[in-house]
Amino acid sequence: MLAHIIQNLPQVLIDGLTLGVVYAVVAIGYTMVYGILELINFAHGDVFMTGAFMGAIVLFLLMGMGFLAALPAILVFIIVIVIAAIATGLLGVGIERVAYRPLRKKNAPKLIALITSIGISFVLEDLVRFIAELKTGNYIVTAPPMFNHKFTLNLHSALPFFNNATFQSSFLLVLIVTIIMLIALDLFVNKTKWGMAMRAVAQDRDTASLMTINVNRVISVTFFIGSALGGATGVLFMIQYGTIDPYIGFVLGIKAFTAAVLGGIGNIRGAMFGGVMLGLLEMFAASNLSIITHGAMGAEYKDVFAFIILILVLIFKPEGLFGKAVVEKV
Amino acid sequence: MAEVSNHFLEVKKIDSFYSQIQALEGVDLYIDKGEIVTLIGSNGAGKSTTLKSISGQVRPKNGSIIFDGQEISKFQAHKTALLGIAQVPEGRRIFPRLTVRENLQIGAFSVKDKHVIAERMERVFNYFPRLKERLNQKGGTMSGGEQQMLAIGRALMMKPKLLMLDEPSMGLAPIIVEQIFDIIKEMNEEGMTILLVEQNAYQALQIADRGYVIQTGQIVLDGNGDELMKNEQVRAAYLA
Repeated sequence: MLAHIIQNLPQVLIDGLTLGVVYAVVAIGYTMVYGILELINFAHGDVFMTGAFMGAIVLFLLMGMGFLAALPAILVFIIVIVIAAIATGLLGVGIERVAYRPLRKKNAPKLIALITSIGISFVLEDLVRFIAELKTGNYIVTAPPMFNHKFTLNLHSALPFFNNATFQSSFLLVLIVTIIMLIALDLFVNKTKWGMAMRAVAQDRDTASLMTINVNRVISVTFFIGSALGGATGVLFMIQYGTIDPYIGFVLGIKAFTAAVLGGIGNIRGAMFGGVMLGLLEMFAASNLSIITHGAMGAEYKDVFAFIILILVLIFKPEGLFGKAVVEKV
Repeated sequence: MAEVSNHFLEVKKIDSFYSQIQALEGVDLYIDKGEIVTLIGSNGAGKSTTLKSISGQVRPKNGSIIFDGQEISKFQAHKTALLGIAQVPEGRRIFPRLTVRENLQIGAFSVKDKHVIAERMERVFNYFPRLKERLNQKGGTMSGGEQQMLAIGRALMMKPKLLMLDEPSMGLAPIIVEQIFDIIKEMNEEGMTILLVEQNAYQALQIADRGYVIQTGQIVLDGNGDELMKNEQVRAAYLA
């Protein structure tokens, strides 16, 4: 049994990492908004989904104009991801303006904002579905294949206890782009003036406003960045997995949220780590559950596995792996 | 209707509320340039609410607040701060997970020129040399006295025209309180206009030019520092 698990390990690592970095970037969107507003923005998973569809729209437009064949794939990709990221970033800012800010102004309880975010989530799903069906007659959209060159890692000949592993060129693209996003965000938050303002607002909103910081603007910037990163990740998801539908954001969003909790919600580096962890564990489960349980459980139980992790974390370390226990102020 | 005032800051008959509860009732006060004015009163009398009404954290329902010839009672807090009113909040409110350096930098958030920021930081170190030794420490790990120094330093980074301090002596050892008050006095002598809110009436009246006494949301007495210190009512209520 152990030999089997080890044989599959290289493939598990490749697939787990791909999924993990996607979770990581989406988890950041949850954790940033939570850090600043103490709001779990359940619409964020659907912002990710909308990003994937926006990417698909731009891709089809470019294809219709003949650019897809004429331009190098990487250039097309950059155009698509930048437009989709900006559009979803603005969508995030719009959601905050229309749905959350009015509640904040009225000092509504946090639960109201949470329920509102679930409402926004449904609105986005149905809106995207409506538009997709209107345009294509089907809400499941298959993107034109890109970066689908297959590579095989010939590990077996050198290290006989491993099987060979395969990946598409899109795997490298996902990995490189997400790592760039994660590093850029980390630098932004820790090294720039606006990043510092963001941390100050997260720690003490009232006092930040006394420091000439326009708190509402910082919140808008936070939503823009979180949503743009989520939307860009949606584009990566579309390229990596090929098929998208309006409901991909739901389960992925919940898992990214799990990753954020795993790392300690509110903690950006924790969310990155939690995302990669969760992706790896989930792929490990998908690949090995049936071996370990002698066929009683198959790969389809990988989601259960992810949520068991969430439950265990909440029971034994509710502040997350990198979070600090919050003392309720009296 | 344009409001006019001959004073640097004038608060005219403001009423402020926390949801339904009235915290201030027709509060009147003024400060002239270069003065140090104190507002004393017991817990819950409305001292902090008065400061918050001026700084824009609480919006008064009625009345007006005129600063440097401008009506500011409807300004948001960050706009008031941009005009040059700095508030050192009650309980210091240091950003606990920012370093001392970042806490100071954030005080100068509206300043773009790095040299200006460095200059102001040097000025803060003149008042509080200890902060210079702790630049890379997280704000939340410092002692209460150091945090108070940082909170005042952070406000000075704004180079304010009016500095409002909310109970700077709260929770500090007497010797530290002494130091802080010496520095407040020194800043005032160098030209800073100061509004000082205190429960520690004795110490506040000692350094103040004038004072106001607030009780259940109303100003009940005012006068210069010595007068108030000799006043029977004040002695009985706050100096006993």
